[in-house]
Amino acid sequence: MISIRNVSHRIGQSQILRDVSADIPDAGITALIGPNGAGKSTLLNLVARLLTLQTGRIEIDGQDIARTSSRDLALKLAIVAQQLGVASRLRVRDLVGFGRWPHHRGRPGPEDEATVAEAIASFDLGALQHRFLDELSGGQQQRAFVAMGFAQGTDWLLLDEPLNNLDMFHARALMARVHALSRPEAPRPRRVVMVVHEINYAAAWADHIIALKDGAVAACGAPTEVLTNPVLSALFGMEIRVEELHGRPLILHHI
Amino acid sequence: MRLSYLLTATALLVLSLLSVLVGAADFRLQDVTADPDALRLLLTSRLPRTFAALLTGASMAVAGVIMQLLVRNRFVEPGTTGTTEAAMLGLLCVTLLAPGAPILLKMIASAMAALVGMAGFLLLLRRLPPAQPLLVPLVGLIYSGIIGAGATFIAYQADLLQYLGVWMSGEFSGVLAGRYELLWLAGALALVAYVAADQFTIAGLGRATSVSLGLNHAQIVVLGLVTVSLVTALVVVTVGMVPFVGLVVPNIVARTMGDNLRASLPVVAGLGGGLVLAADLFGRVIRYPYEVPAGTVFGVMGAAVFLWLLLGRPARA
Repeated sequence: MISIRNVSHRIGQSQILRDVSADIPDAGITALIGPNGAGKSTLLNLVARLLTLQTGRIEIDGQDIARTSSRDLALKLAIVAQQLGVASRLRVRDLVGFGRWPHHRGRPGPEDEATVAEAIASFDLGALQHRFLDELSGGQQQRAFVAMGFAQGTDWLLLDEPLNNLDMFHARALMARVHALSRPEAPRPRRVVMVVHEINYAAAWADHIIALKDGAVAACGAPTEVLTNPVLSALFGMEIRVEELHGRPLILHHI
Repeated sequence: MRLSYLLTATALLVLSLLSVLVGAADFRLQDVTADPDALRLLLTSRLPRTFAALLTGASMAVAGVIMQLLVRNRFVEPGTTGTTEAAMLGLLCVTLLAPGAPILLKMIASAMAALVGMAGFLLLLRRLPPAQPLLVPLVGLIYSGIIGAGATFIAYQADLLQYLGVWMSGEFSGVLAGRYELLWLAGALALVAYVAADQFTIAGLGRATSVSLGLNHAQIVVLGLVTVSLVTALVVVTVGMVPFVGLVVPNIVARTMGDNLRASLPVVAGLGGGLVLAADLFGRVIRYPYEVPAGTVFGVMGAAVFLWLLLGRPARA
């Protein structure tokens, strides 16, 4: 479990998070949703230690992230940040291979090779593995970075807007893959925390939702509890129709 | 990969042999065992000159690739980001204030100035929009122009302009045994960089990925900055700047081998050394027995390649 207690954060003059407390459960996919500027990415970056905690406390499976070394945390959680203009010219296989760095620190063994091969297979990168990253499309790059995070072999996988610049084909495929990896029946189920912009992906695939507004938790719980007309209408400040499809909410926010 | 190592090694051997054989004085390799004068020529002039060119090229190319990964931009090198100019400014100041200081001290002062200059450039970079990669070298050129102008002004006032000329144009004709050995230190720094090759590659993926993999990002940036400034200062102090090596060589290697330094760094170093040696050889023979500085030869070649890289880059550079 990731427990977030009384976390506030300010950047310059603006208060980004106000006294946020939340628990991220130990199973499945947790989606952070909310309007622009709600503090979703800031919260994710604090959990990921990409930002320094100003006040409050964050524990991952009982370990205080402020007191745990970055090296040890690299064995507990992997982060896939938003890739804005990838500058590196690495082959996809080498990139995914660097996911194993926290384990071998420069001397990969046979088990590292096996994990990399598995990551490449499960993210369908076999045909691209010898291509250079900077020659791939945005969607393919994104998939390679998620595969790298998966190869890191951590219990927790943090994804910051992984669906950005993916078309609907690749967005659905990525969500389906991540979903499969997070199921209890997967060989080693991962716990996934992601910032999601398109709320229907959260509705269809997430197990737990944390809704943020103006830097505070507005609602949290199962999708059927959070993704309702009253909660969403208040969250986004507009009337939002919610229907049901196959027992899951379907949000008609665009009409 | 094996093939590129083999090609690089062969080219270096051939160039080194040519470099030992070509020069103003008459020299034949078979005389070395019989003629003490020939042996002396080999040991005091031809070999040191060859080593100096190789070490300069290799360490400048390694410094260039490190800088490109840390800045995450393909179009930078110490010579286009104010680092070289800052190193010269530092060297100028120490020459003015303590003319009799030993060369090692001068080099350290120069390296510290280079470090400050590079840190200033990194601070400037933070204010640039990340979506405009070509802005980085442009700002770098303006920044180095300003520092260079300051150095020129001071040198002009103190009547030391010719020093600047010497530091700015890499030249190997004056290299003799006993006057180039500091460059071995630059070579050693390039070796240290190879030990940390994976870390530099990961740093090139950005801070978020580095942190995710448990790497101390700040530490690797500092290691990179110190390496680049020391190499720059060592080269400026001993033989003078050879422009564009750090820019052109990593770009050529990255086209075919990519940015995985564990694999590509030996080729980057080898190609850097080989091209500088080739430029020096070219300068030796083009108007024999007179010489054109290697820095000038490389500057002309490098500028053309730089333009080609800027204008002819693929859509996704």
